Amino acid sequence: MSVLSTRDLTVSYHTQAGPVPAVRGVDLEVNTGEVLGLAGESGCGKSTIVNAVLRLLPPKTEVTGEVLLNGEDVLAMKAGRLRAVRWSAISVVFQGAMHAMNPVQRIGDQIAEAIVLHTKAGEKEAQVRAGALLEQVGLPPRRLRDYPHELSGGQKQRVMIAMALACGPDLVIADEPTTALDVMVQAQVLQLLKELQRELGLAMLFITHDLSVLVEVSDRLAIMYAGKIVEEGPAVAVFQDPRHPYTRALSGAFPQIGDRTFRMAPSGLPGDPPFPGNVPSGCSFHPRCPLAFEECPTIDPDLYVAGDGRRAACLLVKRGDPVEAAH
Amino acid sequence: MTTPTPARPEATEPVLEVRDLHVRFAGRLGLGAGLAGKKATESRAVDGVDLQLYPGEVLALAGESGCGKTTLARTIMGLEPPKQGEIRFEGKPLGKSTKLLREYRRRVQMVFQDPTAALNPRQTIYESIAEGLRVHGISRGPNGETEEQLVALALSRAGMRPPERFFLNYPHELSGGQRQRVVIAGALVLDPEIIVADEPVSSLDASVRGEILKLLLGLRNELNIAMLVVTHDLGLAWTIADRVAVMYLGRIVEIGPAEDVLTRPLHPYTKALLEVVPEAGGIDRPFLAGEPPDPTRIPEGCRFNPRCPEVASGEAAAAGVLDACQSQDLGLGELRPGHFAACHLRARETPDDPA
Amino acid sequence: MWGLGILVFFILVAVFAPLISNEATMDPTCPCTGDPLEPPSSEFWFGTDNLGRSVYTMTVWGARISLTVGLAATLISMAIGALVGITAGYYGGRLESGLMRLTDWFLVLPWLALAIVLASVLGRSLAIIILVIGITSWPGTARVVRAQSLSVKTRPYVERSRALGASNWHLISRHILPNVGPLIFANTILTVAIAILSESTLAFLGLGDPLSVSWGTMLDFAFSAGAATTGIWWWLLPPGLAIVFVVLAFTMCGFALDEILNPKLRER
Repeated sequence: MSVLSTRDLTVSYHTQAGPVPAVRGVDLEVNTGEVLGLAGESGCGKSTIVNAVLRLLPPKTEVTGEVLLNGEDVLAMKAGRLRAVRWSAISVVFQGAMHAMNPVQRIGDQIAEAIVLHTKAGEKEAQVRAGALLEQVGLPPRRLRDYPHELSGGQKQRVMIAMALACGPDLVIADEPTTALDVMVQAQVLQLLKELQRELGLAMLFITHDLSVLVEVSDRLAIMYAGKIVEEGPAVAVFQDPRHPYTRALSGAFPQIGDRTFRMAPSGLPGDPPFPGNVPSGCSFHPRCPLAFEECPTIDPDLYVAGDGRRAACLLVKRGDPVEAAH
Repeated sequence: MTTPTPARPEATEPVLEVRDLHVRFAGRLGLGAGLAGKKATESRAVDGVDLQLYPGEVLALAGESGCGKTTLARTIMGLEPPKQGEIRFEGKPLGKSTKLLREYRRRVQMVFQDPTAALNPRQTIYESIAEGLRVHGISRGPNGETEEQLVALALSRAGMRPPERFFLNYPHELSGGQRQRVVIAGALVLDPEIIVADEPVSSLDASVRGEILKLLLGLRNELNIAMLVVTHDLGLAWTIADRVAVMYLGRIVEIGPAEDVLTRPLHPYTKALLEVVPEAGGIDRPFLAGEPPDPTRIPEGCRFNPRCPEVASGEAAAAGVLDACQSQDLGLGELRPGHFAACHLRARETPDDPA
Repeated sequence: MWGLGILVFFILVAVFAPLISNEATMDPTCPCTGDPLEPPSSEFWFGTDNLGRSVYTMTVWGARISLTVGLAATLISMAIGALVGITAGYYGGRLESGLMRLTDWFLVLPWLALAIVLASVLGRSLAIIILVIGITSWPGTARVVRAQSLSVKTRPYVERSRALGASNWHLISRHILPNVGPLIFANTILTVAIAILSESTLAFLGLGDPLSVSWGTMLDFAFSAGAATTGIWWWLLPPGLAIVFVVLAFTMCGFALDEILNPKLRER
């Protein structure tokens, strides 16, 4: 059952130089109990999508398309309904979450605050629930009384996860939740997220630039480039057998240790990911694409079927690769 | 302790050598604690390191935060004063003559983690790169080149072509990848023997990293520049390193040829690090519990023993080394040819046992 | 832009004082002065004071004193403040501690009390005013400059320079100073505003040079003559407003200055 679904979502920021399209027609779907991974580099628009879904964009931003949360269009919601929905139906674990906590408030109070705001629970009951949440994320309830600076980076991140779960949301959006953490702590937090997601049957949208992390955690993957999705499909399949040249290049940046083909053979793409507003014509990837041919600068590809449950926005796929086309 | 076998057999003398290096940072005391007569806890960031870097080799220095790898790199660059120990350049110890120190400063260059912060925002690209030449009073190249020609050469070696086009740009006008190339050009302009790179690609976009790594490898291959690459990313080490040194709490706990260390690790910590590298198929694998190590409270005996899976699982006890693990500190032992590890348990086993 | 405009206006007024006013109308013995306490008229645009002197002329000539004292005092203050601040911030250690203690000492020095003491001991003159303002306002600059120097010192591009083998002098002149410079300038501009206000205050309290006419002395004489209570607004308003506008102008310029000097902001 679809928890979150976007149809042709387009977001253009308002700047002095005119409208800048950061997201250019994105269709996403996250179902109950499923983790959708969204990968992309700077400027691809993934953080804009998070803000668009929660309607946290700056005032003059133009948003078109549909964002359906449990069937309801978020973009059409009135302010009251939107406030009710924020955090109780969708919550977010932010990037740099360690700095998102109030340094002069105890963490128990910060978690309880969210509960009190969204449910009928009173202060006392909220504290009890906060304690239970802390246990769920692997921290002893007595730490409710701690201040943020008394916790380590990994512990703070767990608190952020507890906060995100406080109101029993249907969908959790995790935006680069482990980027600033050490590898060991990152593994712990990822495992926690995966366990909680399974236990609670959550739908999760996991956003990061680190493709290897995504492949571990996600059921399905979508790769974004210059405001559009360029490939999507089952996570492992997309990572190990990419159909879009960009995905292939991106996964080359996350080598498998032990695989001799990666030794002394770094692979990358020339140039840089385009800034929104400076997107190349036709297929936005063509200036950096090793397989570009003469039609690429003129046609902006749609997502063509590229295998079982897989799609890729590449003219090569449209032409019919040696890869079998599915039903 | 015997000298490790270099990756390149033609080179037998290290171009850079570090002996018994210790770097300490004083802790800070709150007012109350200070008045109460407590002593500030000292952080032993680098706690006895011996290292050799051979001409033209790429040595990766890996570990988590707090292990001392960045401090070690900075001390080698002269940005931190060592408490104890010696640095030798081409066999000669530093610190004796200022002339040698100046020479050293020219021939050992650093590439920083964040290229945006490493460039003065008020200086043009030309000025940033020429700074090295000016600091060392070099106005002509070895073949009579002018300063402008030297800067252009460095930029084009770093892949920015045509170089003149970038002379008058400011850092904020370039992309992340380009800025890092400028930083690298700034290092190349002095014709160094050694480049110390601190997380050279971690702040760059993933699709751009490959090109920068290609550039670094290319510089090693063409100009025979040795590189010390500090990184937390073992995948990066797998891609470009000849040898890998793994650090924990201020010491090197394992060092050897990259392929050996990363596919047949000896030290339990290395194994644990490799196990948490994300890969397809899920995360149901064992990993170390607890928080990253604290350099102000180094455990007794082998510094890894409180978190060591071999201790926790009873393997150490079964092999009769538990006592040693908990009470005897130890250095690197050559457990396989050219492959060293500081582990009581591994030292007990014969080198060819499956690790 | 406005700030600069107002400043230029006042500077021109000060410079061209002899051309735009009749200096003789400040001399109470000259027959060209008017009757005492005359409200503004076509002959005397700002009216006259209690000695019949032209308020307009005094305001115009007063600009010279106020601006000169303000700038001179600020120059002293900026020089000391920048030197102390950069030295303390860059070298750190005991030198920094010592310098900062010195700064703190001067910071808490009650400048008014010092001014009074110095004026009574050394006599009342412009030089004393400049000196007093100079040595009591540098600590503010020093603290700000030290903080910025500390911050710049640890930035990676300075470390890169150090790693290249740059000498202390090179680092300070090529990296610290250019990045602290704009802050010093902005601070200086604001300090001038304070200096002018201080001069006015000191003069108003009777510590200024009684022989020179500044806006502060004008206010002093006006208040002593009871202008506030008897409604002689034309004597109070011109010098008062002049002080306000000049201080405002300097402040606005100070804010605008960094934008000009910072290449990143230049584009916008």
